[in-house]
Amino acid sequence: MNKDNKTFEENMQRLEQIVRAMERGDVPLEESLKLFQEGTALVARCGKLLDNAELQVTKISAGSDGTPVEEVFDYEP
Amino acid sequence: MDQQVLSITQINEYIRTLMDSTPALTALAVRGEISNYKVYPSGHHYFTLKDENSSLKCVMFKGSALRLRFRPENGMKIIAMGKISVYPRDGAYQLYCSALALDGVGDLHAAFEQLKAKLAAQGLFNPEHKQKLPQYPGVIGIITSSAGAAIHDMLRILNKRYPLTKAVLLPVRVQGVEAPGEIANAIAYANHFQLADLLIVGRGGGSLEDLWAFNDERVANAIYQSKIPIISAVGHEPDVTISDYVADLRAATPSNAAELAVPDQNALRQVLDSATDRMQTLLLRQLRTARQQLNALSGSTTLQSPAKYIHLRRDTLAHMQTRLISAGTQFVSKKKQNFVSLTAKLDAMSPLKVLSRGYAMVQSCDGAVVHSIQQVTKNTPIDIRLKDGIISAEILDKREDAL
Repeated sequence: MNKDNKTFEENMQRLEQIVRAMERGDVPLEESLKLFQEGTALVARCGKLLDNAELQVTKISAGSDGTPVEEVFDYEP
Repeated sequence: MDQQVLSITQINEYIRTLMDSTPALTALAVRGEISNYKVYPSGHHYFTLKDENSSLKCVMFKGSALRLRFRPENGMKIIAMGKISVYPRDGAYQLYCSALALDGVGDLHAAFEQLKAKLAAQGLFNPEHKQKLPQYPGVIGIITSSAGAAIHDMLRILNKRYPLTKAVLLPVRVQGVEAPGEIANAIAYANHFQLADLLIVGRGGGSLEDLWAFNDERVANAIYQSKIPIISAVGHEPDVTISDYVADLRAATPSNAAELAVPDQNALRQVLDSATDRMQTLLLRQLRTARQQLNALSGSTTLQSPAKYIHLRRDTLAHMQTRLISAGTQFVSKKKQNFVSLTAKLDAMSPLKVLSRGYAMVQSCDGAVVHSIQQVTKNTPIDIRLKDGIISAEILDKREDAL
């Protein structure tokens, strides 16, 4: 599977949770500070994941035993 | 006469039930020429379809008639889609039309409408069967030709919008006799090996014949059975295929499919920015509230000047100490007085003091004080203690006092 995408998705979901928790306003100040730190770190990590990403492209065809064989596919950027 | 006698209503109802339960009559495409076309004030359309030898009564209800793309006229050759049923009041069967298409554009149209009506009746287009697309697809399977421009258009857009994803091409032929089978197989294959989170099935623009593979029943069923959500992306905007109806989402073009498949990274960066802003605002608000509470608290003397507080406490302590010391001193001096008066009393009561006044104390030889004549007998030795010494004596006689 695609690890960076999974990380990105999880980070985005956690970020949403954090913003929601802070919006509820029932979190003690100390906890809010921690959430804020975690949130800004998540934002930075997500931005970096997008910056460094490059589309992976492959071509899949059935091998002689029928299982998928994956090879690189060049596309015209 | 033992034959059962039926009412008209009963026989008409029986025939209607019979027709309604005959699959061949419930999804029809009928070719014919329109005559006697009438639009009633109710909004329903009534007409007759005929060929050289026969005619068929037709009705199209208001809801379907509103969706007509052209105005039907007498003499027009059309293909009417719908079902045959009985109108019980007249005992006449008629075609209940759901859609009309102009004929003369070839047999393909008829076949298309026929298959569409059939698959619709089977529920392949039902909205409740549509699957939700993943928000952040990790792997996108693209089932199309590896040769055309379409695949490169899609890959370019995917890379521009959301390079975190991975695109996997499952190359197939997209036109010709082999195409429908290959497309259907590729969909099943991707599902079997779970090759993707999302599938795009399609091809670039072409003639009606070129796009025909996507009007194939095998492709329609493969799309319907796919557990992986599918975006259909065939031809240009006006081209609508059976695949478009069955798919979870219809894209106007392959490029449009790539846009619909993934989030746009520019939008995502905006989301990240606004999340940062939001968190900052919320934290600052909370800090402000906390500071206000602190200010309210620090209005009290204690927190304003801790030194003063301590000083105050120290004063109290010193005061207490003084009181304690004076109380202690008083206690001791009182006890001392008591002691002096007690000593005087003791002194006054001392036996020695009594002896000095001329009294004597008699003790038996074991030292016990003799209070009574009963304690002694004749010839017992006793000691008689006076103020300056002891006389040893013997009892000569004892006489009891006469009371």
